[in-house]
Amino acid sequence: MSTLLHSTPFILLLITGSYWFGIYIYTRSKIALLHPIIISIATIIGVLHFFGIEYETFEKGSYMINFMLGPSVVALGYTLYEQINYLRGKVISILTSVIVGSFIGIVSVILICKSMEIEHAVIASLQPKSVTTPIAISLATRSGGIPALTAIVVVACGIFGGIVGPLIFKICRIKSKVAQGLALGAAAHGLGTARAIELGAVEGAISGLAIGLMGIMTSLLIPLVERLFHP
Amino acid sequence: MIKGFTLILLFYFLGEGVSYLINGIIPGSVCGMILLFLSLMLHIVKSKDVQSVAASLTKNMALFFVPAGVGLMASFDLIAKNWIAILTVSVTTTILILMVVGWIEEFMEQKKPKL
Repeated sequence: MSTLLHSTPFILLLITGSYWFGIYIYTRSKIALLHPIIISIATIIGVLHFFGIEYETFEKGSYMINFMLGPSVVALGYTLYEQINYLRGKVISILTSVIVGSFIGIVSVILICKSMEIEHAVIASLQPKSVTTPIAISLATRSGGIPALTAIVVVACGIFGGIVGPLIFKICRIKSKVAQGLALGAAAHGLGTARAIELGAVEGAISGLAIGLMGIMTSLLIPLVERLFHP
Repeated sequence: MIKGFTLILLFYFLGEGVSYLINGIIPGSVCGMILLFLSLMLHIVKSKDVQSVAASLTKNMALFFVPAGVGLMASFDLIAKNWIAILTVSVTTTILILMVVGWIEEFMEQKKPKL
């Protein structure tokens, strides 16, 4: 029995099953915090504890699914290609906003963490927190961060950004559709885009574009900013 | 399907190559994404060849980072120790990015003479 529970088919079944369960709960409850990712991670950790399966066993069994993060990042190149037309006529303003947003995102994480004397592994995990999750995970891994922490924080920030976004726009008097979509995609990636689509078609499209641009900018800026802070 | 997936893997591999050449400053998967994007723009790769595979990969992306998230159980102590900082950073920088990106775009749109 124990060997069965430690087998790769069981681990894979556990992952896809929990994820399916997560989608089911999420679509029924419509509560933002009950995101499929959060439900499936909690379910899997619960099941592993219940059967006494060590994390190392899970890690080995889940390798196949974890590997797919790489190809899905590459596939985002196609998504960006599809959305690049929305840049037309607004190249300079959109690129400026995203570059400054990405830079401020990275620097603010480092400054807050340094002021609280947080260790490097945590800083490295948080740096890419506004980028879409698979890119964030590979950026965190490269900088010596903890992929798990990155995954959780990125999803949580996405949920938070999606909820708080419209409120911020009201307080800060951000009225332009392009500005709203761009901000949601840049700050809250896919989950921000989901909210942007609710605001309107233009907002949604621009928000999708922002995800790809933010991913590329942050990938390029992190090594530069790291050099700035650790000469 | 096979053609599309082979192309994605090819660009992933090329991306790893570029990443190796630049001392891993940028992860291979991200280099692969940029290379695929450029190849599509330059019509080196036909978009219909990768379309369906790319769409199904990105549509189900969330499933692929579930294993990484489960790693939480292995680094629980570190996160429990730093939860205040993690929460502070998450809330502050998310709001900061929303404001900065929104403001700059809004400002630059108003500045631009209407054509």
